[in-house]
Amino acid sequence: MSENQPIVEMQGITIEFPGVKALDGVNLRLFPGEIHALMGENGAGKSTMIKALTGVYKINGGSISVDSKPQTFTGTADAQNAGIATVYQEVNLCTNLSIGENVMLGHELHGPLGINWKKTHAQAKRHLATLGLQHLDSHASLSSISIAMQQLVAIARAMVIDAKVLILDEPTSSLDANEVEHLFSIMRQVRDSGVAILFVSHFLDQIYEVTDRLTVLRNGTYIAEVMTKETPRDELISMMIGKSAGELSQIGAKKSSRTVESGEQPVASVEGLGKKGSIKPISVDIFKGQVLGLAGLLGSGRTEFGRLLFGADKADEGVYKLHGSDANIDTPASALRGKVAYSTENRRDEGIVGDLTVRENILLALQAIRGMFRPVPKKEADAIVDKYMKELNVRPADPNKLIRNLSGGNQQKVLLARWLATKPELLILDEPTRGIDIGAKAEIQQTVLELAEQGMSVVFISSELEEVVRLSDDIVVLKDRRKIAEILNDGTISPETIVQTIANSDVETTNSGKAA
Amino acid sequence: MTSAAATPKQRVTAKKRSPFTINPQAIPTLAAVVIFIVMIIIGELMFGTYLRLGFISSLLMDHSYLIILAVAMTFPILTGGIDLSVGAIVAITGVVAAKLMIAGVPSWVAIIVMLLIGVAFGALAGILIEQFNMQPFIATLSTMFLARGIASIISTDSLTVPKDNNFSWLATDIHLIDNPKISNDLTVDLGVFVAVIVVVIGYIVLHKTRTGRTIYAIGGSRSSAELMGLPVKRTQYSIYIISALLASVASIVYMASMGNAKNVVGVGWELDAVASVVIGGTLISGGFGYVLGSVIGALVRSIIDPLTSDFSVPAEAVTIVVGVMILIFVVLQRAVMAVKRR
Repeated sequence: MSENQPIVEMQGITIEFPGVKALDGVNLRLFPGEIHALMGENGAGKSTMIKALTGVYKINGGSISVDSKPQTFTGTADAQNAGIATVYQEVNLCTNLSIGENVMLGHELHGPLGINWKKTHAQAKRHLATLGLQHLDSHASLSSISIAMQQLVAIARAMVIDAKVLILDEPTSSLDANEVEHLFSIMRQVRDSGVAILFVSHFLDQIYEVTDRLTVLRNGTYIAEVMTKETPRDELISMMIGKSAGELSQIGAKKSSRTVESGEQPVASVEGLGKKGSIKPISVDIFKGQVLGLAGLLGSGRTEFGRLLFGADKADEGVYKLHGSDANIDTPASALRGKVAYSTENRRDEGIVGDLTVRENILLALQAIRGMFRPVPKKEADAIVDKYMKELNVRPADPNKLIRNLSGGNQQKVLLARWLATKPELLILDEPTRGIDIGAKAEIQQTVLELAEQGMSVVFISSELEEVVRLSDDIVVLKDRRKIAEILNDGTISPETIVQTIANSDVETTNSGKAA
Repeated sequence: MTSAAATPKQRVTAKKRSPFTINPQAIPTLAAVVIFIVMIIIGELMFGTYLRLGFISSLLMDHSYLIILAVAMTFPILTGGIDLSVGAIVAITGVVAAKLMIAGVPSWVAIIVMLLIGVAFGALAGILIEQFNMQPFIATLSTMFLARGIASIISTDSLTVPKDNNFSWLATDIHLIDNPKISNDLTVDLGVFVAVIVVVIGYIVLHKTRTGRTIYAIGGSRSSAELMGLPVKRTQYSIYIISALLASVASIVYMASMGNAKNVVGVGWELDAVASVVIGGTLISGGFGYVLGSVIGALVRSIIDPLTSDFSVPAEAVTIVVGVMILIFVVLQRAVMAVKRR
């Protein structure tokens, strides 16, 4: 399948940022007609490597050759001219323009009077059709289609520039299973046409399903290049994190389910809490030291309920009680006063403040509670920042670094630290492990369990059922914006139980409401 | 590992596009057209002078400079930027050209100098924005003060273009329809022609060239445009050079019709231009908008003056009317965006 001559050869790539060596002598070879996975934890240097190959970063050492020709990229346009196309995790297209225009932007067909839109859209349609997307209206606005479709449109765009190399940077993180399958079939089709694909994903299953070869990075250094088929999972994981996989699978195993005694007063209790157009009335009790999992498909109302609990959205019906007495929680500020904290699923837009330092990001919520006239004393602040950075193992361990320069997993830890600093009694975590690597994921899961053991109540929202089942004492299952079941996790529950619960409720709900 | 195993496959069906469907993005622009027509009708019904060719003629001739400035301002605003220097560039080019012509320089040389000054200020704004990473607001605010300051240093007098110079030829009236009734001819001057040409070129650049499409792409998402390999930096330079150059053109047209220049000409015109662009339906955050919308916006802005004076609104209160109109249009845009997001 793969020829002997690599299409891309990167050798001894070194990239330095002020004070850090992001990459140190990393090699990467891409062969035509293969799907190659770039593996490593967050912060291992995958993104940096990709940015070197796409011309976003200049390399300080090493060489890049494409088609046996040495290249020095000074910008993304150079890399594209060399035949390297990239589809990023956050789709980098323009939602204000039409689908067809996004495909053709910069490559529009001209007539005697400037751009010939008819021909340009026809050409866009042809490119979309080669990927099985002929049903898309090329005149429709890009914002009218789902993120998954936008990603496929981005791939169609890569075909326009006749790419020899296609880089897919975590394309699957926001797709559902069917969309992922569709993407994979297109990836295979593109591969079979002789294009080299570089694929980055945090989902090991996907790596094993679709890739032929993989390169592993760790801490900015090159570890190995191996064939996917010949590498067992545990071996791959230990290459990536430098620890054996056995240590990781222990998490949650020793956890004993917390039983609620009758007559015990819940920390928080809501009755019929709902909001029109967002979520139907829900009743839930959350007890001290309990991890309450919220399970459900995308759009089932998981996040909406989390936001109601935090007052980020205002409920228009229902009763909200904290420690048995009525609480008026309709803004985040009132939630924080009631010792309720919420960590968003949208880390980049609603979580971190990218231009502030790690230290400032940690102290934000605490300062917000105190108000602007009572600054946190420097000594106390230092102690808090130091404590949580150590406890949560935030890397790099420099509180004065801008948070946007941290990897996703470490940003997530900083956000966790921000809310822990407010000493909440109820902590709502919305997708705390999405898009982060195995190591950081394990650390965050461990932290959740420890917090619960120390008596904190946690509402844990995740699209990974396996994780919800492993961590939660009690699982609320949501579907079509309503609570369909509450399952006590007595050790016999598995992700399949929850899938069954959701599937079995189909009969009653198909008539009443159609999923958006 | 994904939990979403049971999500039904998303269907994206291609809807048949009807040629009559209205792009929701165009609604604010259409609203501006409707409001313009309504204003004309109100004026006609109340005062009986608005549907006359003579009124239309003077509206166009008196405001051709504003139409040109509105087109100029459309370029930076489409990228989410702004050019505050256009009014000051009208002043400095006018003062310099008047001085030159008083000194006996032929008018065509003066015009070329005016255009070059515009290009220079546009390039300076481009350098500040792209090389020094300044916000367009701050960069053009500084070039605005710079241009205004230099104009004031050169002269604070009202400089009359010499009679023997053929510069005012640009303002010669052309009777397109010669009506027997007095003061009801359809008359235009060359300035109106220049404005029409500017509008046509503006349309072609924005809709028929890659530079134009790059401008829209930058307005949608600059980082995306960069990652798509589009020439973002080069386009940013073109934008500010185009807007400053068109400001010079507006200055030529204005000075030709007035016959003089002064250092305080054009104070606040950049804001009239912004108002025209916003009223015309261009999104102030960039990415959506039309040149023709800006033209309509300029006409709406222009007709406010005679309409308010006919209604005996005190001149001091006219700006309030303009402010309310801008408010209405921005609210309308917000509403359209909100509906679209649903």
